[in-house]
Amino acid sequence: MIVSFNTLVAVALTYVAFLFAVAFAAERRAARGNEAWLRSSAIYTLSLSVYCTAWTFYGAVGYAARSGLEYLTIYLGPTIVMVGWWWGLRKLVRIGRSQRITSIADLVSSRYGKSTGLGVIVTLMAVVGTTPYIALQLQSVTLSFSVFASGAGGGWGEADLWSAGLWVAVGLALFTILFGTRNLDANERHHGVVMAIAVEAVVKLAALLAVGIFVVWGLAGGIGPVLAQIDASPIARWEQSGGRWAGLIFLSGAALLCLPRMFQVLVVENADERHLGTASWAFPLYLMLMSLFVVPIAVMGLSLLPEGSNPDLFVLTLPLSQGKDGLAMLSFLGGLSSATSMVIVATIALATMVSNHIVLPVWLSSRSEGAIVSGDVRGVVLLSRRLSIVGVLALGYTYFRLSGGGALAAIGLISFAGVAQILPAMIGGIYWRGANRWGAAAGLITGFVVWGWTLFLPSFGEGGVLSARLLAEGPFGIGWLRPYALFGIEGLDPVVHSVMWSILLNTCAFFTGSVVGFPTPLERLQGAQIVNVFEHSDGPRTWSRQAAGAEDLLIMAQRIIGPIEAQAIFQTEARRQGKQGFLPDVSPEFVDFLERELAGSVGAATAHAMIGQMIEGATVSVEDLIAVADEAAQIMEYSNRLEAKSREQERTARALRDANDKLTQLSIQKDAFLSQISHELRTPMTSIRAFSEILRDGGDLKGEELTRYAGIIHAEAVRLTRLLDDLLDLSVLENGNVTLNRQQGSLEELLDRSVAAAGAAGALTVRRNRGREQAILDTDLDRLAQVFINLIANARKYCTAPNPELRIEVRRIGDRDVVDFIDNGDGIAAESRDVIFEKFSRLADHGTAGGAGLGLAICREIMGRLGGAIAYQPGQGGAAFRVTLPGRAALAAQ
Amino acid sequence: MGKRVLLIEDEPNIIEAISFILSRDGWTVHTHSEGDTALAKLKAQTPDIVILDVMLPGRSGYDILQDLRQTDGLRDLPVMMLTARGQTKDRELAERLGVSHFMTKPFANADILSAVRALADGTGVGDTVIGRAAPGRGAVNGA
Repeated sequence: MIVSFNTLVAVALTYVAFLFAVAFAAERRAARGNEAWLRSSAIYTLSLSVYCTAWTFYGAVGYAARSGLEYLTIYLGPTIVMVGWWWGLRKLVRIGRSQRITSIADLVSSRYGKSTGLGVIVTLMAVVGTTPYIALQLQSVTLSFSVFASGAGGGWGEADLWSAGLWVAVGLALFTILFGTRNLDANERHHGVVMAIAVEAVVKLAALLAVGIFVVWGLAGGIGPVLAQIDASPIARWEQSGGRWAGLIFLSGAALLCLPRMFQVLVVENADERHLGTASWAFPLYLMLMSLFVVPIAVMGLSLLPEGSNPDLFVLTLPLSQGKDGLAMLSFLGGLSSATSMVIVATIALATMVSNHIVLPVWLSSRSEGAIVSGDVRGVVLLSRRLSIVGVLALGYTYFRLSGGGALAAIGLISFAGVAQILPAMIGGIYWRGANRWGAAAGLITGFVVWGWTLFLPSFGEGGVLSARLLAEGPFGIGWLRPYALFGIEGLDPVVHSVMWSILLNTCAFFTGSVVGFPTPLERLQGAQIVNVFEHSDGPRTWSRQAAGAEDLLIMAQRIIGPIEAQAIFQTEARRQGKQGFLPDVSPEFVDFLERELAGSVGAATAHAMIGQMIEGATVSVEDLIAVADEAAQIMEYSNRLEAKSREQERTARALRDANDKLTQLSIQKDAFLSQISHELRTPMTSIRAFSEILRDGGDLKGEELTRYAGIIHAEAVRLTRLLDDLLDLSVLENGNVTLNRQQGSLEELLDRSVAAAGAAGALTVRRNRGREQAILDTDLDRLAQVFINLIANARKYCTAPNPELRIEVRRIGDRDVVDFIDNGDGIAAESRDVIFEKFSRLADHGTAGGAGLGLAICREIMGRLGGAIAYQPGQGGAAFRVTLPGRAALAAQ
Repeated sequence: MGKRVLLIEDEPNIIEAISFILSRDGWTVHTHSEGDTALAKLKAQTPDIVILDVMLPGRSGYDILQDLRQTDGLRDLPVMMLTARGQTKDRELAERLGVSHFMTKPFANADILSAVRALADGTGVGDTVIGRAAPGRGAVNGA
C-alpha cells in the first residue's frame, strides 16, 4: 500500500483543472455562437445526473448494507416522475421559458402575482433544506481523502478534515463564481457548468460501473456466485415496510421537482422542450445503471472487509483493500464528481434565489430613500450573485463543522422532505387557477414549520436542539405535539411521519388559504397565464398604460442585461414592427417580452417592479429610477458630458468672439491700409505736381534747375510706379493667385544675380563663402531672387555703419538649407522686430529708403508660397535675416 | 519782405519744391526734418509762419502742434499743416488742436503761396479759413 497521498492530491487537482478547461472551452464555444451540440439532449440528460450526489455514489451502498433494497426508492421516485409525468415536466419547462423563470422561488413568486414575500419564503426554505446537503458533500469528499491518507499511513485528525473541507469549499466557490456568473441571462448561461457536469456524470457512472464489474467478476467470480452471496447476506432478509417505501418514493419524486439544483438543470438550463422526450427514458436508464451494482458491492464489502468498516465508503475501500489503486483512484474521482457537481449547481441555484429574491429587492427598496448605490444594476446583480455564492458555501461549510460529521447520514432524506414542502404550492399553482398567494404562503409556512418540528430539529439528536424530555413529552407537556407523534399517532417511522403530516397540513392550509383569500388582479392574470401556458404562447398582456418611452426602456435594459443584448432586442422588435433603428413602439406585447427578458437577469418580481415603475410611474419617476440605477461613475460620466458640452459652448463663444474681433481688426486694418496707400501715393504725387507747376510757370529758371527738377519728377514717377507694382504684387501673393514658375538653378548664380540687381556694388561690401553655395535649387528662382534682392537692398539702404558690410552665409540646419543676410549696422530695435514684416512698416526714414514699406511683407508672402520662411535673427551684431529655403528646393550639394 | 517761414517736413523733394516757391516770393525759408527736435527749433527761431508736416520721424505734427499751443510766445503763431492723409478726421483733429490752416498734399503751388501770405497778413485764408478757433488764440483768423 499504496497510492501516496500526494499522488492523490495531484490527480484530484489535475482532474479539477481538466473540468475548468472543459467549462472554459464550452463557454468559448458558446460565445462564438456554436452551441448546438452543447445543448443537445444527451448533455441535458447527463446534466440531470446532478441528482446523483455523493450521497448516492457512496451512500447508496451504505444504505443497502444497512437497509437492504430500500435504497432503490431514491431511484424509483425520479424514474416514475420522468416516465409517468413527463407532460407535467413539459408544462414546467414551458412555463419556465415563457415567464423567464430563474429558480423555483421565482416560479412560485411569479405564479402568485410576482409576490416578493413568497419568493423570500421559498428561498429561505431552499437555503435551509440545501445547506446540510452541501455539508454532506463536503464531508464525503474529505472522508474519501482521509481514507487515502490513513491508507498511506498518515491518519487524519479532525483539523485535517476541516481544513480539507475548507479548501474544497473555496475551490468550489471559485469555480461557481467563474462559470456561474459570467453572464446575466439565466436562460442562456452556464454552458460551461452544464458541460462540466455532463463530463462528471460520465466519470461517476464509469467509476461506479468499473468498481461493480471488478467486484462481480473480479472478486465474486461471476453473476451466479454473486447472487448466491446476496441470498446468503443479511440484505435479503431485511423486512421492507410498505409505508416507508411509498413515502420515500414520493419524497424522491418530489425532490426531483423541488430541489433547487434539480429545478435549475431540469427547467432553467433546458434549451429545448423536446430534450425531455429523450431524458424521460435516458435518465431512468442512467439511474438504473447507477444502482445496478450497489447490492453486490455492499454484499462483498460486508463479507470481505473487517467488521465495523464504514459501509458508506465500500466503493472506495473495497478496491483499496484488494490493492487495486487505479480503480480506487477512479472511484475517488467518481465520488469527487458527484459531490462537486451537486455543490456547484445547488450553489448557483441558491445564489440566484438569494440574490433575486432577497438582496436585489432590498437594494431596490433602499434606493427610494435616495441612497445611490455604487455600481450599475448589472454590476450590483453580479456582485450580489457572487456574494450569495460565497455565502451559501460558507453556510454549508459552517454546518459541516458544527454538525461534527455525525448526524449527516440521514441528511439526504431530511433535505428532501424540507424542499418537498414547495410541492403543493407549485403543483397547485400550475394546475389550479383558484390558487392564490394566501394559500401558497399558508401552505409553505405550515409545511415548513411541521417539517422543522418533526424532522429537522430532532435530527440533531436528543439533546441537540430539542431536549430528550421535549421529544418524549412534547412542549409544555402537550402530548399531541410530540415531534415524533403528532396528534398522538405513534409508531410511525420518523421520516414517514413527518412527510405525512407536513404535506397533509401544508396542502390543507394551501387549499383553505386559496379559498378564503382574494387574489390580486395580477395574480389572476399570472394564474391564467401559467395554468394555461400552452394556450398563451404570446405571453401575458399585463400593461395597459404605456407612459414610458422606448428610449427610457432601452436605457434601463442596457444597464441590466448589457448594451449589446439590449440593443439587439430592441432592434429586432423595431424591425418586426417595420421600423428602422433601435426604438420600437412600446406595445404591451413588447413590454411583457422585455419584462421576461429582464426577469432572466434580476428575477420576475424585481423586473416587474422596475418595469412597473417605468410604465405606470406608480411611485417612482423614470428619472428617479434611472438616477438610482445609475452608478456613481455613470453620473460622473453624465456630468462630465454636461461639462464637456458647456466647455464646448464656451469654446464656440470664444471662437465667435475671436472671429468678431478679427473682423473688427480687419476692418480697422483696411482703413489703416487705405489711409497708408493714400499717403504713400500722395507723397510722390506732391513733388511731381509742385515741380511740374514750377516748370510750367516758366520764369527765370536756370538750365541746371530745369534738368534737376525734371529729374525729380522722373524719379518720383518711377517711385510711384514701383509702389503700384509692389501693391499689385502683394495683392496677388496674398490672394494666392500667384503661379510659381519652377526652375532648376544654382544657388551661387542666384546670389550673384541678386547682389548685382540690388545695386550693392560700391555701396556695400558683400562677403560670401562660395564653397557653401554649391547647391542646385528647384523652385521659383525669380521669386526667390526677389527676396534676396530685397534683403540686400535693405542692407544697402539702412546699414548705417561707416563701412557697410553684408555677410551672406549658407548653412544647413536640420534637414533645411538656410541663407543668412547679416549686415554690420545697428540692427533693428527689439520693439520693431515684430512689425517689420507688416505692410507699410517702414521705420520712419522715408528719405533714404525710397520704398513704401512693402518689401519685407512681400518677402514673407513669397517665402510662404514657396514653402520656406523668412525671419529676423536677433543677436547677430547687425540686422540679420534668415531665409529658410523650401524643403525640396536644395536638390543636391555638389 | 523778409518774413521767415519755418518748414518742418521730411520729404527732400517736397522741401525743395516749397522752398523754391516761397523763396521766389521773397520769404526766408528755414527747414527742419526731425519731429522730436522741431519744438526746440521753433523756440530758438521764432518764425513768422510755420508749415508743419504730419508724418515726421520721431514725433508727429499733431503732437508738435499741441505742445506749441501750450508754449508761451508760440501760442499765437500761425501754423499751416500739410498732410498726405487728407481724411476728414485728420482735419478735425488738427482744428481741435488749434491749426491755423490745413492743406492736403498734393497742393497747387499758388494755393500754398496765397495761404502763407494770408496767414502773414493776419487775414483769413479764402475758403480754407478755419471756422473754429482754438482756445487762447484768435488773432490769425479771428478778424
